[in-house]
Amino acid sequence: MVLKLVALIKNVPDTEAKIKINADGSAIESQGIKFVINPYDEYAVEQALLIKEALKDDTTVTVISLGPDRVVESLRTALAMGADEAIHVNDPAFEGGDSQANARVLAETLKTVGPDLVFCGKQGIDFDAAQTPAAVAEYLGFSQALIAVEFELGEDKQTATVTRRVEGGDEILDITLPAVVSCEKGLNEPRYASLPGIMKAKKKEIKTVTLADVGLAAEQVGAAGAKSDVTGFQPLPERTAVKIIAGAADDQVKELVKLLRQEAKVV
Amino acid sequence: MSNILVYAEIRDGVFKGINAELITAANSLAQSTGGEVHVALIGNGLDALVEEAKKYPVAKIYKASNPALAAYSSQGYTAALEAVVGRSSPKVVLFGATGMGKDLSARTAARLGASLFTDCTELSLEGGNLKAVRPVFSGKVYSTVVAKADIQMASVRPNVYAPAEGAGSSAEVVDVSVDLAADAIKGKVKETVSLAGGSKDITESEIIVAGGRALKSGDNFKILQDLADTLGGTVGASRAAVDAGYVSHSIQIGQTGKVVNPKLYFAVGISGAIQHLVGMRTAKVIVAINKDENAPIFQKADYGIVGDLFEVVPKLNDEFKALLG
Repeated sequence: MVLKLVALIKNVPDTEAKIKINADGSAIESQGIKFVINPYDEYAVEQALLIKEALKDDTTVTVISLGPDRVVESLRTALAMGADEAIHVNDPAFEGGDSQANARVLAETLKTVGPDLVFCGKQGIDFDAAQTPAAVAEYLGFSQALIAVEFELGEDKQTATVTRRVEGGDEILDITLPAVVSCEKGLNEPRYASLPGIMKAKKKEIKTVTLADVGLAAEQVGAAGAKSDVTGFQPLPERTAVKIIAGAADDQVKELVKLLRQEAKVV
Repeated sequence: MSNILVYAEIRDGVFKGINAELITAANSLAQSTGGEVHVALIGNGLDALVEEAKKYPVAKIYKASNPALAAYSSQGYTAALEAVVGRSSPKVVLFGATGMGKDLSARTAARLGASLFTDCTELSLEGGNLKAVRPVFSGKVYSTVVAKADIQMASVRPNVYAPAEGAGSSAEVVDVSVDLAADAIKGKVKETVSLAGGSKDITESEIIVAGGRALKSGDNFKILQDLADTLGGTVGASRAAVDAGYVSHSIQIGQTGKVVNPKLYFAVGISGAIQHLVGMRTAKVIVAINKDENAPIFQKADYGIVGDLFEVVPKLNDEFKALLG
């Protein structure tokens, strides 16, 4: 049995990016923002590649991204890391979708690939919804293991043991494939693309999937398929100016304790 | 219908603290909708937990008990919650923004075609629909969202709502049967590994003492642990301290770590890079202790001490110990 592995990746603003709200508070200004592969998705690509390398057989890694033209660059990067194939899911109808609308499109795209394992980041660091992995699993009827920090494929290649990080500790899950696994920092160390890899990636074809290809109605995808409306953005409230406590350490500490008890009333 | 259903999280047989906070949120929403507050309890042999849930102001407790639900599984619990929703007919379903709450809410929302908002910090109703405020772009800004599906769900951050008082309600208990085919559950929790010392997770802590690279070693984190112990808090860390190998990633706060929302946050020897700030800046009170008076953390703090952390922190611990001990 030869496995088909998929990594889902998306583009997000660079972690250093300053997020500016437009004048009427209705949107984020995209001008000047540098887009990168979502950091958690890099663990997903790496994990798929690690499995392929360990199996030393005809296992394939397909990388899929839903997004506008600019995600092609990220798909090339994933190909340069070692992925075999790339699919760009792109159609004007897909714009403005929420997690569920996007997950539906991704699920239909995945059906054409027939994967055994779908890796993705635990969440996108743009809208931080963390919903797409479970929604994709639900639409495909796959099992799910979210926020994975360890992954071990069973010898039968039909099961896996996944350690997921939750509050208070780790949960160790036994799952049956096919499955969706969302990746957390610590799962692995994503590689950099090698120069030969980059050269090879340039020649690889990137397949495009449109609305017609996924066989969904326009009302099911993009903004039309979204289950909610984003009505605005607000900056974080400014804090009042800091109170710097001066003096010798003994006095500083006494004063701080007094302020925390009497003024802030938090202790 | 306009009922508000709370998914009550149970871990290791314990009725989690977040549940009482969700019941507060649910009661506040139910006042607007005129509906009832319901609780969903899912697991196996839930009698003790039913008694626990009865302490709170809720109208009905839906109990889905089944041996196949003894351990958490996405598929089993989704089926159970779907069955509870069928009986409770809620307009809104609330979850804690926890590992379990997010896992279950995302799958259930997809199954039911429900709206879902993750990590909410504020909930209200607008024109009969759930409106939420939630941090986006790793907490750099907030967004306001309004649901439009028939069923509307949200996961709520810990420490946003005050826990409901145990009033001793006479809630009606409704048994819900869940049909689970033998092979319906294809993934389940085999084992849970608690954090060392059984300490609270940082996301659930009201007081956090966090350290940065200036701590210089993992051993030196002991002075933070001592202060945290005195205050009943938990130790956290910046990415720099985690990358330096001083402490585990499980306590990292910030963009590639956890987002926390405590009552009191001590940033000790943390300069305050944006990636750290997005993980803690909603803390109610922030105290910064740093040698460098120009450290950006002071611009986000309420109280600042410019000084040597190795001198200040132990003294601070002594001072609190004398007061609280």
